[in-house]
Amino acid sequence: METATTTDREIRLTGLTKSFRTPRGPVHAVQGIDISIDRGQTVALLGPNGAGKSTTIDMLLGLLPPDSGSTTIFGRTPADAVAAGAVGAMLQTGAVIRDVTVRELIAMMASLYPHALPVDEVIGLVGIDDIADRRTEKLSGGQTQRVRFAVALVCDPELLVLDEPTVAMDVEGRRAFWSTMREFASRGKTVLFATHYLEEADDYADRAVLMAAGHVVADGPPTEIKARVGVRVIRATLPGISTEELGELPGVTNAERHGEGVLLRCADSDVAIRALLSTYPVARDLEIRGADLEDAFIELTSVTA
Amino acid sequence: MNRSIAYLQFELVRTVRNRRVLVFSLAFPIILYFLIAAPNKNEASLGGTGISAPLYFMIGLASFGTMNAMLSSGGRIAAERTAGWNRQLRITPLTTREYFRAKVTTSYMLALLSLFALYAAGIILGVDLAIGNWLSMTGLIIVGLIPFAAMGILIGHLVTADSVGPAIGGTTALFAFLGGSWFPITGGGFFEHLAKDLPSYWVVQASRSGLGEPHPWGTQGWTVVALWSIVTIALASRAYKRDTKRV
Repeated sequence: METATTTDREIRLTGLTKSFRTPRGPVHAVQGIDISIDRGQTVALLGPNGAGKSTTIDMLLGLLPPDSGSTTIFGRTPADAVAAGAVGAMLQTGAVIRDVTVRELIAMMASLYPHALPVDEVIGLVGIDDIADRRTEKLSGGQTQRVRFAVALVCDPELLVLDEPTVAMDVEGRRAFWSTMREFASRGKTVLFATHYLEEADDYADRAVLMAAGHVVADGPPTEIKARVGVRVIRATLPGISTEELGELPGVTNAERHGEGVLLRCADSDVAIRALLSTYPVARDLEIRGADLEDAFIELTSVTA
Repeated sequence: MNRSIAYLQFELVRTVRNRRVLVFSLAFPIILYFLIAAPNKNEASLGGTGISAPLYFMIGLASFGTMNAMLSSGGRIAAERTAGWNRQLRITPLTTREYFRAKVTTSYMLALLSLFALYAAGIILGVDLAIGNWLSMTGLIIVGLIPFAAMGILIGHLVTADSVGPAIGGTTALFAFLGGSWFPITGGGFFEHLAKDLPSYWVVQASRSGLGEPHPWGTQGWTVVALWSIVTIALASRAYKRDTKRV
């Protein structure tokens, strides 16, 4: 048994599962995940599209009931934490309602909470003074994202949840966004953000949780994750050899064919390239590069499976 | 309580800034009223109903304007759903009850604005009723609009922001046409039987209350309005629950 004080300091997702019925059969979006997050941590939830990140976030926020498992936010149910104004979130769907100004929108949201931040403080914090009196339907994609960020912050949440927050932003917008996020986190806030950029996790999170196909496949400091997913990819022109044969080469975890070209994902590229050249000397146009996150996920999930 | 009022205020601001809604709930019925009723100003029993043309058309066009006003919540809900804003609201302390109360209250405030504007227009064309009859007529109209409050919420959860305009316009036009908003439906034929099964017919019949009839709806009117209310509220709450379950 945990003492009350331990659970009060944590966010806990325990044994969560969620499936959806679709016309093409059931989709098992989340297949039993356990995550606990200490108060004050900044955690990145990493994963490719379809990994189950948004479904997990919806269950954490109480927007979606899990099929099984439970969630507590600092000792409370999601519904109670939301009712107490302890949770702020920037959800994935990227629009705001129209016919109101940015300031009116933020002021209305502030009035829904018991201990909201002053509207001007939020506007200053997010840096939207210049568009505060503009109608929401006249904003650019990046400006809309910043307004949504302000909406997430206005309740002065203990837990801030950001679901792929930088999607519509340019490089400069991203930098400004993350520096605000850091400033906010430094007030002792807990932050969970979903992203499919490994760099964002590396630069801004204390910890990264990797999800793929509804499972947590890795969990640890971002540097450790980066090392673990340090796989490489070999490309070569090699017609006539099946992907099954290529996949059996030492050091290769997975092989794909694109026309005459093949793509080999390798746990050990040194071993793999020697094996490739000795077995199939006709291979040409060789290229070895570091894997991107998609490759890393395929590597990690194939190890787990 | 404070947050309910804040959210209601916000809804009112959004509604008043939506020009389309104001045109169809206010300007359009008033202009039509003067176009249709003014030439028949002295007709004392329109189509043998025993109701004067200015009174009949005042309530007829008010039924059109108020039905539009009640369904306007559908436009705001559909826009919120399309933008994902309903999900954003669900992670605030605003409860579902407070959310719908604000939607329905806003619709009713707009409907009453439309109704009072038509009363003023009616008075200009010589409608002269006892104060008690104005009040009982208004009361019946408010009750008769309950199914349309639910239909607004239902439509808002069934269609997207792109198609909500035609959905609301079409629904209002159909109920107005078949319920006798544009002209009295009499003669005992199929259309009169159909009309008597619609809540819009009974909204229009509230004008009889203006003439001092003590029970203008009778059992049939109350039954029809009650059944429509129960069914539309059930459908609206089902649509809401289904909508919150999907991703």
